[in-house]
Amino acid sequence: MLKLKNEFSLERDISGCGLCGIINSKKIKTNGSDIKKAISIEHDRGNGLGGGFAVYGNYPDYAELYAFHIMYDNLSAKKDVEEYLKNNFIIEKEEPIPTFKTSKIYDHPYLHRYFIKPKSDRQDKLFHELGDDDFVVNSVMLINQNYNGAYVFSSGKNMGAFKGVGYPEDIADFYKLEEIEGYMWTAHNRFPTNTPGWWGGAHPFTLLDWSVVHNGEISSYGINKRYLEMYKYNLSLKTDTEVITYILDLLIRKHGLPIRLAVTVLASPFYHNIDKMDKNKKELLIALRQIYGSALLNGPFAIVFSYSNGMIAMNDRIKLRPLIAATMGHFTYVASEEAAIRAVCPSPDSVWSPKAGEPVMVEFEEPMLQKGGLVSL
Amino acid sequence: MITIDAVGMHYRELNVLIKEGIKRGIKKFFLENVNGQYYIGDGIKGDDVVITINGVPGNDLGAFMDGPTLIVNNNVQDNIGNTMNAGKILVKGDAGDVVGYGMRGGRIYILGDAGYRIGIHMKGYDEQFPVIIIGGKVGSFFAEYMAGGIIVLLGLNDNNSDEFYGEYFATGMHGGTIYLRKKIDFSKYSKEVELYEADEDDMIFLKKYLIEYSDSFNIPRGQIMGKPFYKIVPSSARPYAHLYTSA
Repeated sequence: MLKLKNEFSLERDISGCGLCGIINSKKIKTNGSDIKKAISIEHDRGNGLGGGFAVYGNYPDYAELYAFHIMYDNLSAKKDVEEYLKNNFIIEKEEPIPTFKTSKIYDHPYLHRYFIKPKSDRQDKLFHELGDDDFVVNSVMLINQNYNGAYVFSSGKNMGAFKGVGYPEDIADFYKLEEIEGYMWTAHNRFPTNTPGWWGGAHPFTLLDWSVVHNGEISSYGINKRYLEMYKYNLSLKTDTEVITYILDLLIRKHGLPIRLAVTVLASPFYHNIDKMDKNKKELLIALRQIYGSALLNGPFAIVFSYSNGMIAMNDRIKLRPLIAATMGHFTYVASEEAAIRAVCPSPDSVWSPKAGEPVMVEFEEPMLQKGGLVSL
Repeated sequence: MITIDAVGMHYRELNVLIKEGIKRGIKKFFLENVNGQYYIGDGIKGDDVVITINGVPGNDLGAFMDGPTLIVNNNVQDNIGNTMNAGKILVKGDAGDVVGYGMRGGRIYILGDAGYRIGIHMKGYDEQFPVIIIGGKVGSFFAEYMAGGIIVLLGLNDNNSDEFYGEYFATGMHGGTIYLRKKIDFSKYSKEVELYEADEDDMIFLKKYLIEYSDSFNIPRGQIMGKPFYKIVPSSARPYAHLYTSA
């Protein structure tokens, strides 16, 4: 098994991958068998070097606690990290992540989960007053950077990432996803071409409640990375997808941008199209491009971004990766291939290809507070 | 005649069955419960071979195909007719991105819409004459670097003419002809092409393809041919001759 603290010389990987997402806007839960079936149709888009899933609504009994999923190379790494957690968090519950060893997935890190909340009298209060979310982000960055042989791959509330090296359908069996229920699922099948597959490098990439699965290559990785480092994000995973998760965390959680505007930053309209817009919209989009030029993603991508209130699927600005969407009642499906959707929903109400850079956005149907005011685009 | 139930079948197994069937002299294939299998009909030969597909076939349908007919009763995914040489693909639904990439012969008829990058690098020479006809609308980069053959864009399902094609229309086109059933906004064209009304010779030439198209999908012929067409041709066979040098 490749060690978790990888020292690969390459800065990022380029991959041709497959992705899927399923969301029920009424929060009706389904188990992991549909998402497994959908992503297995895209089996040949990957090469067995990375498969993963994110599920939302799977920890209702611990919904107020941060659910940390941590992978360890060895038990001494576990001991060190647990000491950090005990000093800084109240650990309500901890247990090994249930797994089922199959003939396909037998070589894996030690996988453990913790349901925790930051202590109110924790040590860092001597230096600053961080909110719980910020402290969790700092802790994730700290563990991933400084604790050799340990990697936090999920840190949200009432959600979880389940990923590893293998084809996604085998990873689904390994984590027994058929026994897990959630109202939103995403899946990824990886085809790493420039860096070896390793357990931490599988998608989704998560931080707090944000999770991203991605097919493509972020050629703006360098500038995005430097921009994020100014805001103390630590990019340790040697893969381009990580920047998307952190940019969205920065824009939405820290800067309070409405989600619609945040995704517009990622795939901003071209200037020749902005020029044709009416005055208000033009001013807004020019301002976004000027302020967040370093957060613009260049290169081909299709992403599915999930968060506690919904799901967004989108393409790069000239549609260099496939993306199909479909709806059936309160379900919305997105995938790299229509066949993946048809495998679990043979006759959808509607099927369409989203236009380049135009997000498919689904929110759960419940009252929610809108941060930063409503801006219609 | 042979019927193959493709449910749960890997593309390799399915395509071996098709290729062995053609070798044994089977002319008619019915593929049932197809869902996502790649490469169906790739590189196969035989002008009298007809493969009917029920379900959504996977990417690269009919790539390098050289003679047979593929009839798809559903949508298709990306990259159909890639470098196709001869034969026909009928799609009774929508098509994904990159239809007929580098296509060098044969016909692709799509009843519904098609995605981005349709007919890019399409080419023709002498008898090699590729034809794509699309009933609905298309995305950006339509006919990019087109070098030969014809593409007909009917825009049947959409009354708003600005909505039936995207940006970068015919960029770098330097051969072949695009026919349109609706006039489009000239300012959106690439600088390499010119717009004309289709003349009588054009319509005589187009007629056999349009008849075949409307008969294939049971559309009344008059619905397609009842009004004048427009055509787009390249201004030059070498649009970038002076991209890096002075004229």
